[in-house]
Amino acid sequence: MSEAIVSLRNVDKRYTRGKQSVEVLQGLSLDIPKGDFVALMGPSGSGKTTLLNLIGGLDKPSSGEITVAGQRLDQLSSGGLAHWRANHVGFVFQFYNLMPMLSAQRNVELPLLLTHLSAAQRRANALAALTLVGIADRAKHKPNELSGGQAQRVAIARALVADPTLLVCDEPTGDLDRKSADDVLHLLQMLNRDHGKSIVMVTHDPKAAEFARRQLHMDKGALLDGATMA
Amino acid sequence: MKYFPLLWATLWRKKTRTIFTLLSVTVAFLLFGLLETVDYAFAHPSSGVTGADKLLTLNKYSVTLSLPFADVREIRSVPGVAEATWITWFGAYYQDPKNFVFALPIDTDSYFNLHKDEFVVAAPEMQAFRNTRSGALVNAALLKKFGWKIGEKLPLHSTIWTQKSDGSLDWKFDIVGTFSVKDATQASAQSSTVLFHYEMFDEGRSFGAGTIGWIEERVQDASQAGQIAAKIDALFANSPNETKTQPANDFALTFIKQYGDIGFVLRAILGAVFFTLLFLTGNTMMQSVRERIPELAVLKTLGFGDAKLLGLVLAESLLLCVIAALVGLALSYAALPIIKLGLRGVELSPRALAPGLLVAVLLALIVGLPPALRAMRLNIVDALADKR
Repeated sequence: MSEAIVSLRNVDKRYTRGKQSVEVLQGLSLDIPKGDFVALMGPSGSGKTTLLNLIGGLDKPSSGEITVAGQRLDQLSSGGLAHWRANHVGFVFQFYNLMPMLSAQRNVELPLLLTHLSAAQRRANALAALTLVGIADRAKHKPNELSGGQAQRVAIARALVADPTLLVCDEPTGDLDRKSADDVLHLLQMLNRDHGKSIVMVTHDPKAAEFARRQLHMDKGALLDGATMA
Repeated sequence: MKYFPLLWATLWRKKTRTIFTLLSVTVAFLLFGLLETVDYAFAHPSSGVTGADKLLTLNKYSVTLSLPFADVREIRSVPGVAEATWITWFGAYYQDPKNFVFALPIDTDSYFNLHKDEFVVAAPEMQAFRNTRSGALVNAALLKKFGWKIGEKLPLHSTIWTQKSDGSLDWKFDIVGTFSVKDATQASAQSSTVLFHYEMFDEGRSFGAGTIGWIEERVQDASQAGQIAAKIDALFANSPNETKTQPANDFALTFIKQYGDIGFVLRAILGAVFFTLLFLTGNTMMQSVRERIPELAVLKTLGFGDAKLLGLVLAESLLLCVIAALVGLALSYAALPIIKLGLRGVELSPRALAPGLLVAVLLALIVGLPPALRAMRLNIVDALADKR
C-alpha cells in the first residue's frame, strides 16, 4: 500500500451564500493509498461530504491540488471531469439514487452506455456485477420492488460495473436496518479485500466505520488526525 | 439507439401525464393535417385532372354580381370555344333551410351539349324535361333522400328570387325525371342538384330578367384554356361588366373564398392551436425535468456530460412530439373522406406529412430546449444535496 490513489495538497473549499463566504475545508492535505478502505467520520457540517465530492470529481476546490488515480482533478474542465468520473470512480449514495422507471439490470447498465460495448456485452457485464453483489435473481425488478438492502446492492453493482479504481460511498448504510447495513458493509469489505477496490466512505455510524481499514475524523473543515499519510 | 430504452422509460415515467400530453399533441396534429390539406386544396384548386377543358366566366368583382346575357353570344364567337352555357345561382332549400338544394336554372341544349357524356338521363325523361316548361330533373340520390317521386310537384324556396306573379319566394316545379353523374369524383358534388329551365326562371322572376350569374365554356383544346380565358376577359375589359374567366374546377373554391381569405383563417386557427400547444407541452417538459433533477444529477455523476444530457432531454422531447405528430397525421388522413363530404367539389389529397414532421421537430426543439439547458447546467452537488 504505497502508491497513493488520492492525494490532496493544501485544499481549500469556500462556498458563497449571499454576501457571506463560508470556508468548508481549510488547507487540507491527505494521502490515501491504493487499495485502502477509509471511513471518514465527523459531525454534521464538518466537511466530510464536501471532501468526498472533491475526491469523486463532483466539485472543484477553491484552491489547492487534488490528484486521484494519477489525474489532477483541479485542472480538469467540467467535461473532462465527467469523462474522468465515467472511467475511474463509482458512487454509492445513502438513498441509492436508482432510476425508478428502470429495472435493476438497466440501472446497472447506465454507466456502460458511455462505453462502446454492444447491448449484449452491456447486459452480460450488468448481470456479472449483479451476481458479484449477490442480487442477480432480482435483475428484472424495479427499485420499488426491492428492499433497501437490495436497492443498495444494485447501486453498488452500478458503481462497480465499469470497473473503477475508486469507490466513493456517502453514508451507504444510513437508510438501512442493522442487518442490511452489515450485509452491505461486508460486501464493501469483500470488494476491497478480494477485488482490490479502493474505498472512501463517509459515515456517522461508528459500527460501520469499524469495517474500514482506517478511520479519519474531521471537524470544522480539517482532519483531526492531521495530514494522514499512508 | 442505445439510449432508446432509457428515453422510452423516462417518457412513461408518469403515464397519465404522458398520455394526456400525447393526446393534446396528437389532436393538434390531426387538426394540422386536416387544415393543411384543405388549405392546399384552396391554394391549388386546379390540381384535379377532370374538367381541364372547362372554363367559367364570372363578374370580375363578385360572384353575386350578374352579367348581361349578351356576353354569351360574344364568348361563343371566341375562337377555340366549343360551347358556352349560362346559369344563375337560385339559392334554394326544400321545406327547411337545413335542406339545401343546389337548384340550377339551365339552358337545356347548351348545358347538356357542354356536359355531354357526363350525365346519365333516360331518353324518355330527357324528352319529358324538354317538353315540360316547369319540369325539373333531380339527382337520383336527392330524390331518394327526400322520398320524392317522378310526377310529383317539387316546391323549392329561393332565398333570392321572388316571382313576378305574386312576389313569392316559393317556386313549384314538376319532377319529370332523374339523372346521375358518370364521374365518381363528381358524384358527391352533384348530389344535391336539381336542374330546371332557365327560360321559365327568367320569365318568372320579378327582377334581373336578361341577366345571368355565370357562363360556362368548353374549349376545343384543353391546353389552350389559359389563352382562351385571357381572350374572353379581354372582350369585356373596361366595360361595365368586366369578367374573370378561370378553370371550372376552381369555381367551388372561388365561391367559398367570397366569405374571406380561407388560407388566413386556417393559418390563424393553426397558429392559435400551436401557440397553446407550446405552453402546454413546454410546461409538461419543464415539470418533467424539474421532477427528475436528482436523477439527472445521478446521470451526471456517472459521467454523462453536459452535451449528452442536453441531447437526452431534447431527444425525449422529439420522441414525444414526433410520435404524437405521426399518430395525429395518420388520423387526419383517415378522416379525409369525412371532410370530403363537407367540402363537396374540393379535391383533397394528403399533403401534410413532410411539413407536419417539420413542425413536430421544431415544436420539440422549442419546448425541449429550456428544460434541456436546465439539465445541462445542473450543478451536481446542489442537485444531490436534497437527496443523496
